Amino acid sequence: MTEPNIPVTEDELHAYVDNELPAERRSDVEAWLATHPDDAEQVKAWRAMSEALHARYDSVADEAVPKRLEIEQLVRQPRKWMYGAIAATLLAFIAGGGAGWLAHGAAASPSSFRSFTVDALQAHRLYVVEVRHPVEVEASERAHMQQWLSKRVGYTIKAPELDAAGLKLVGGRLLPGPQAPAAFLMYESPTGERFTLYTSRAATPTTQMRYATRANDGALYWADRGVGYVLSGPDDNKARLQQVARAVYDQTEKNGG
Amino acid sequence: MNAFHESVEAMIPALRRYARALARDADIADDLVQDTLVRALRSERLFHGGDLRSWLYTILTNLNRNRRRSLARKPVLTPLLDTATEASGTEAESRDIARALATLAEEQRSVLLLVTLEGLSYREVADIQGVPIGTVMSRLARARAHVKAVIEGERPALRRVK
Repeated sequence: MTEPNIPVTEDELHAYVDNELPAERRSDVEAWLATHPDDAEQVKAWRAMSEALHARYDSVADEAVPKRLEIEQLVRQPRKWMYGAIAATLLAFIAGGGAGWLAHGAAASPSSFRSFTVDALQAHRLYVVEVRHPVEVEASERAHMQQWLSKRVGYTIKAPELDAAGLKLVGGRLLPGPQAPAAFLMYESPTGERFTLYTSRAATPTTQMRYATRANDGALYWADRGVGYVLSGPDDNKARLQQVARAVYDQTEKNGG
Repeated sequence: MNAFHESVEAMIPALRRYARALARDADIADDLVQDTLVRALRSERLFHGGDLRSWLYTILTNLNRNRRRSLARKPVLTPLLDTATEASGTEAESRDIARALATLAEEQRSVLLLVTLEGLSYREVADIQGVPIGTVMSRLARARAHVKAVIEGERPALRRVK
């Protein structure tokens, strides 16, 4: 048996186990394993892990599908899923309690702009989990919502168009802000990824865009002529967050704040 | 029932399996599947014949992340080890794997399950998580190393309890 010319890497061992390795490399890996017992042991353990997962969870796929998950039910009686939505609402309530407690701590923090961002992240965390009532006013009433929010926050709110980033406006709500009322807009992609924009009057006149992260949520925040903006979304893709924030920034700038 | 409904329906058993392993609680798992189905059925018009399977896994993964985020500040309740019944070898093994899964970081658990349990390709998982393929591979490697360590670390302790 000949040693492969190029040593086998750990990535290749994973790819071998997962059938992701190009066919021409498979025999090299097999030859390598025959002469490297530690790696062979590793591969064996990973395979045993896959088998244990199948042994534990395959039976779930064989169970009869519960009535509430039948497509006919969900299509014919869309209200059935209200129960799920109520559960989600309860979860959000519990989370809300936690978020309130967090706000308590944040109020003591020195930088007002930081607490602004913390408020926005908490609102984001509280409302993105909502299935049934994520917003007060839905996107179908966009004009009315913009008028109402503009009146309450004291400057023009025009919900940015984020279609280019694959996001549709879900709607908005009014929230208490650190100094003045805040407008909160939610956007959603077809796969359920949600971003929110929180904006309110800020004591800080103008700042650069900064990044903050907290428990799986990422936020980009900036202030522009006395108005603060926080764009929040999943923190695992910063480039995406930046792309969306850029689109928001470009459009709010044209609005004149 | 149209063709789209039928394709979604065919995915329900696999979605339930993935959700159960991901959320580790049967009711929460079925809530996730239900929300995924509702969302998919509502967004039928937005779906233009891409890979339905990946799309459904993406929705479920995102919903679970949203849910976890809402629970992030809740204390974690860990059940005490049930020593009342003597577990057989395979039962103990399946409890071990479930417990090891529970200790994984969310995105690592998702990668491990999508690849090994659901049989998705690295490329598909990269698209589902919205990360480069290299990130998928490093998450998978870390997940496997972690699960192996937990299982190997726990075995002797379990024996002593018995």
